[in-house]
Amino acid sequence: MIEIRIHGRGGQGAVTTGQIMAIAAFHDGKESQTFPNFGVERAGAPVMAFARISDEVINLRSQVYKPQVVLVLDSSLVEAVNVTEGLKDNGTIIINTNKTAEELGIKGSFDIHTIDATSITVGVFGKPIVNTPMLGAFAKVTGLMSLESLKKAIDDKFVYAKGKKIADLNKVAIEKVYSETR
Amino acid sequence: MVRKVIEASEAVALGVKLSRPAVIPMYPITPQTHIVERLAEYINDGELDTKMLHVESEHSAMSAAVGAQATGVRSFTATASQGLALMNEILFIASGMRLPITMAVANRALAAPINIWNDHSDSFSVRDAGWIQYYVESAQEALDTAIQAFMVAEDHSVLLPAMVCLDGFTLTHVYEPVDIPSQEEVDKVLKPYKAVHAFLDPDNPITQGAIGFPNAFMDLKKDQHDALLNAKNVIKESNWIFAEKFGRGYGDGLVEPYMMEDAEYAVVALGSVCGTIRVVVDELRKKGKKVGMLKIRVFRPFPEEQIVEHTKGLKGLGIIDKEVSFGQEGTVYSEIRSALYDKDLTINGFIAGLGGRDITPDHIRKVFDSLDAEKRTEWLF
Repeated sequence: MIEIRIHGRGGQGAVTTGQIMAIAAFHDGKESQTFPNFGVERAGAPVMAFARISDEVINLRSQVYKPQVVLVLDSSLVEAVNVTEGLKDNGTIIINTNKTAEELGIKGSFDIHTIDATSITVGVFGKPIVNTPMLGAFAKVTGLMSLESLKKAIDDKFVYAKGKKIADLNKVAIEKVYSETR
Repeated sequence: MVRKVIEASEAVALGVKLSRPAVIPMYPITPQTHIVERLAEYINDGELDTKMLHVESEHSAMSAAVGAQATGVRSFTATASQGLALMNEILFIASGMRLPITMAVANRALAAPINIWNDHSDSFSVRDAGWIQYYVESAQEALDTAIQAFMVAEDHSVLLPAMVCLDGFTLTHVYEPVDIPSQEEVDKVLKPYKAVHAFLDPDNPITQGAIGFPNAFMDLKKDQHDALLNAKNVIKESNWIFAEKFGRGYGDGLVEPYMMEDAEYAVVALGSVCGTIRVVVDELRKKGKKVGMLKIRVFRPFPEEQIVEHTKGLKGLGIIDKEVSFGQEGTVYSEIRSALYDKDLTINGFIAGLGGRDITPDHIRKVFDSLDAEKRTEWLF
């Protein structure tokens, strides 16, 4: 079982990121689970969501304390909260930032991946919407889900609720972030 | 049947939708709100032909549910915490009038201090309101139990209201895969509600909710008590019907044992924490320890026989309460001690998870590690 923690700011859509992640993993034939950190939600405040992906039924219902993967939607969180808390040595951390891993100054031996999703998504949406596009980076780095399943999950989540146009833009953004992630 | 990743709140809403209630009075409260929001969407989208009433408080929501059900139709509502507390007096009226209303309770702590997170203090505070009380572990069980609750409540040997309790946030806000039965499949197990005792018919007028004088009141209360005991069989039956039709059963419907056959030590709990206990049981079993779990799925009526049966041969038992009866001990602990008063095993009580305090595998390991020394009220901080 892989445990994942998503860091974002209130309003950025970290909870939705977890939901699409869980739906995509499910489309790949895996069991999945996601839930928000149940804080008091305020716009701009640091928030977290958790996800679990497994080949077997997931019974565990505690919060995630020792993630294998951390996804950070906003690089300013690196200074605000300890984004590597509980992350195992050589654990994976994927950050939306225009800085390099060295410039961020994250201490510890982690597998750090940076991607400037903000710039990429401004080009797609006309504004910085990074929560779903960062799943492209997540899929590329972890290999935990196929790009195809991710796009299917976007359709599940957005076609009915927000319309086909929004869903398609999200898929374009995901593909761009996916292809530019190293 | 389709399988999808959905929120547990949506699973409840789908179970209710598939049960086709005629009236849903609602008043929003965290963490219940997603349930009635989904139902409002189904109505708006023309998928559910139900009258939703937006009332001004939970007291009114339950009053409207009583009024609706008393006309002879199926009604549903949902609440949590302070909302359930505000409904209190009408809960007793619903059961006393023998109105099989079904309600989801997204379990949340009672204030003060104000707290929006999960424990069982709300539904346990109405333990004696005469309602059936289910506690569910997963989103799937939430959907299935929403349907089963109507089947049981409306059975002519029962005719009592039912609560489906699911842990607020800890379960209500979790997305996970759920099998969603089709309307045709559900129509085969849940028949339309036909009121034979409580209805509105101008050609056949009846009085409901009349005064009960001392010469009748006590007899009616005994009937009510017997009816809640009758519910045990119907709960088992409806669980069996689901196992047959959908391949999903939850123990015998009242309790669900896990690895109990040869267990020497076991933990009893209700609700979503049972999932975490399963994980720890698996882990300890791999180390050769004979441990198990007994999930209490229905707390009212109380499954005393099942508890006696499944705890035979145990050396030690731990009971996890997510509420406390102040000045005494955990309520599940009290009731299980009473059920096992003449049995030779060590019974330990633990208070855990109050106001959203996360219950981790470490907490459960600690419980399993300390079942030899009798403890009445150990707080798992």
